[in-house]
Amino acid sequence: MASYSTNEFRSGLKVLLEGDPCSILENEFVKPGKGRAFNRVKFRNLKTGRVWERTFKSGLRIEAADVLELDMEYLYTDGEFWHFMKTDGSFEQVAAAEPTVADVKDWLKEQEIFQVTLWNDSPISVTPPNFVELEVSETDPGLKGDTAQGATKPATLSTGVTIKVPLFINIGDILRIDTRKGEYVSRA
Amino acid sequence: MNDFWQPSCSLDALRQRAQLLRTLREFFAARDVLEVQTATLGSRTVTDVAIESLRVRDGAFLQTSPEYQLKRLLAAGAPSLYQLGPVFRAGEAGRLHNPEFTLLEWYRIGFDHLQLMAEVTELVDLVLGSQPIRTLTYKDLVGTLSGDRDVLDLRCADAIAKLGQGRFFITEYPAEQAALARLDAASAEIAARFELVIDGVEIANGYHELGDAAELRQRFQDDRAHRTRTGLYCPELDERFLAAMESGLPDCAGVALGVDRLLMLKLSASSLAEVMPFPVTIA
Repeated sequence: MASYSTNEFRSGLKVLLEGDPCSILENEFVKPGKGRAFNRVKFRNLKTGRVWERTFKSGLRIEAADVLELDMEYLYTDGEFWHFMKTDGSFEQVAAAEPTVADVKDWLKEQEIFQVTLWNDSPISVTPPNFVELEVSETDPGLKGDTAQGATKPATLSTGVTIKVPLFINIGDILRIDTRKGEYVSRA
Repeated sequence: MNDFWQPSCSLDALRQRAQLLRTLREFFAARDVLEVQTATLGSRTVTDVAIESLRVRDGAFLQTSPEYQLKRLLAAGAPSLYQLGPVFRAGEAGRLHNPEFTLLEWYRIGFDHLQLMAEVTELVDLVLGSQPIRTLTYKDLVGTLSGDRDVLDLRCADAIAKLGQGRFFITEYPAEQAALARLDAASAEIAARFELVIDGVEIANGYHELGDAAELRQRFQDDRAHRTRTGLYCPELDERFLAAMESGLPDCAGVALGVDRLLMLKLSASSLAEVMPFPVTIA
């Protein structure tokens, strides 16, 4: 199994830590003038998204994780799995289980491209694009010309998520949403 | 854009470096401390278990500090002296490390480590502006003087990182970490050694120097035994240095100070690459 020594650590490197695939965020070489050398390392656990900090004796090796981050097109869900397809022309598909897509379900739109993280060829996380365009399926009738600053109403989008939108929005409008904040940006 | 040949620091940092070197030389000229230049390439090197030397093809070593040669000069009758120049340490690279760096090392005849700490304070105040320096003992910082060396070093490094902003002397190191310091007159558990930490960065390391050749030989042999046990390279003893100590080192205190790190603090830079033109990654 491939492994990396602390002196090969750099941000973005994928390693196995306590059995979980992690991405190195920061690696600081620490060495007192008359003391042993250490590496103080920050990792992002790719399964949970949590940040872990660990200190290693310099020179120690840790196992590499077989992790790939791929752009994939969301196809459909059969209720149990969410299916994504590679965009490299291979038409290869992977199926993600509910926990993997739980955080991203609100933004899953068919034919949209998502970043899928694969560990040993299985999807472990899905990251939406920063902005998606979704159709309004349910909201109170729009008040024409009402662009009063700050006044909002709830609107349900095609994915089932409900967000706050300005009063002039109507059913059938396509909205641009910032997925990082879950907020309305504009009409598309 | 193909700018891979460009230096990593600004032209202003180069000017500031030149000014700092001038300031340091004036500081010692005003105190009658003699500037010397010893060999950068030497046939022997340190046995210190935490320092690895770079070895050139013909078997000589790039010196990790001018300490042994400066002490040979002192034993030969030289007055208080200093060297300001490059030193080399294998495997040390990072935000605060570069395998080649500029070290200021000076020795004061007749000083103990406390007097030398006062002089270090003057120098730091001159370069960075006056600010009080708090003194902490190793025990204050780490909580204990004994235990596994790796664990102690890690706890010490973490504690230093937690000190945050401010200037600190750390004193009363455990005897096991004496390096070339004599043991405290009052307690054989404690070494007459200090370090200066500024804003979490280790700046200087000093000793009331040990001149006892037999004890030095014993410490070097202990280092060598540890190196053999742990599979590290095991350098020959520096018999010229030991003979000089046998002949007599005047009572003195000495300190080594990282000039690049001092400049980094002066310029509020966050890495050595901002204050040296060609760090190892692009040298």
